[in-house]
Amino acid sequence: MKINRSASAGTLESSDIYVMVEPNEDGIELELESIVYNQFGEEIEKTVREVLSDMDIQNIKIQLKDRGAVECAIRARVETALRRAEGADD
Amino acid sequence: MRRSMLFMPGNNAGMLLNADTLGADSIIFDLEDAVSPAEKDSARILVRNAMKYLNYGNCEIIIRINSIDTNFWKADLDEIIPLRPHMIMPPKVCSHKDIEVVEDYIKKVEKKHGIDNPVSIIALIETALGVENAYEIAASSDRVKAIFLGAEDLTADLRCKRTKKGDEIFYSRGRIVTAARAAGVDAYDTPFTDVEDEEGLKKDAEFAKSLGFTGKAAISPRHVMAINEVFSPTVEEIEYSKEVMDIIRIAKEQGKGAISLRGKMIDAPIVERARQTLEAAKALGGVL
Repeated sequence: MKINRSASAGTLESSDIYVMVEPNEDGIELELESIVYNQFGEEIEKTVREVLSDMDIQNIKIQLKDRGAVECAIRARVETALRRAEGADD
Repeated sequence: MRRSMLFMPGNNAGMLLNADTLGADSIIFDLEDAVSPAEKDSARILVRNAMKYLNYGNCEIIIRINSIDTNFWKADLDEIIPLRPHMIMPPKVCSHKDIEVVEDYIKKVEKKHGIDNPVSIIALIETALGVENAYEIAASSDRVKAIFLGAEDLTADLRCKRTKKGDEIFYSRGRIVTAARAAGVDAYDTPFTDVEDEEGLKKDAEFAKSLGFTGKAAISPRHVMAINEVFSPTVEEIEYSKEVMDIIRIAKEQGKGAISLRGKMIDAPIVERARQTLEAAKALGGVL
């Protein structure tokens, strides 16, 4: 999948995560801000990279603002942002 | 047994997480009215992931899809059917043809994903035409296991005001129950929309039960416990039903054609009601 444009998904509500993606020419650039960064930062990043890998993304800038989302919500919001960036749901 | 069905907005990550802890027999993940058009994609992906990764235990999962006059409903089914929800709730069902349209597409998705166990349908009836066609909707397919009255849209269609007393939906309630029972499916009552009025909710639920509804939907977790209580058999009902079944057994043993209990003749409808009560009590885990 190719990231064609900027897109976002999710919210800043409790138990959710806000995801912003944009095209990038030089690999995966990931920025994570989380209220549980010290406890779960690594796990959240691992989950995000898994979704990127599953959707065959090699180049992307992705920023995440986590408000304590569980794994399934993180997966869902990243997938939604990626699909929107691809333009599939336009 | 399904007494309470609790609506949860499909795009709310926090609410989906705790859905099964609120006491409802069924959770309705809503992809329709609770989700803005710009977030339809997000909601169906979130619900799909929640169903895939979270364990909702014994809670039945129902998905309210968007209506067939939108561009969203097919994508809803594409995302959700592979996760095998217990039921699909199509809204604004007006006739058996609407059920056919939804069912045909469900079949295609099930076939594509090799799903042998057909998903059930609970038809949401919320238009004047739907109420008038309630029986043909309820009897339109083996997949239709229940019909559900949605009074908010219905009263808009009827051009009347929705009231707490509910006189304006009395006819529709009766027609929905009669149609459902004639078709051999369950009937579910519209939610009570005043979240603060617990006494009003109880009265409304008791009235729905008295009409023959199987259960009732809720839009607030605060309403679930009262609905469960109203639609569960009481201890007195269970005790009476056991007495009925005992005396019928004794009558058969003694070769008696007619028998009375507490001064009242026990006939076939009373026996059938007793059987239903005991069946419901058993389904709720009661020791009989």
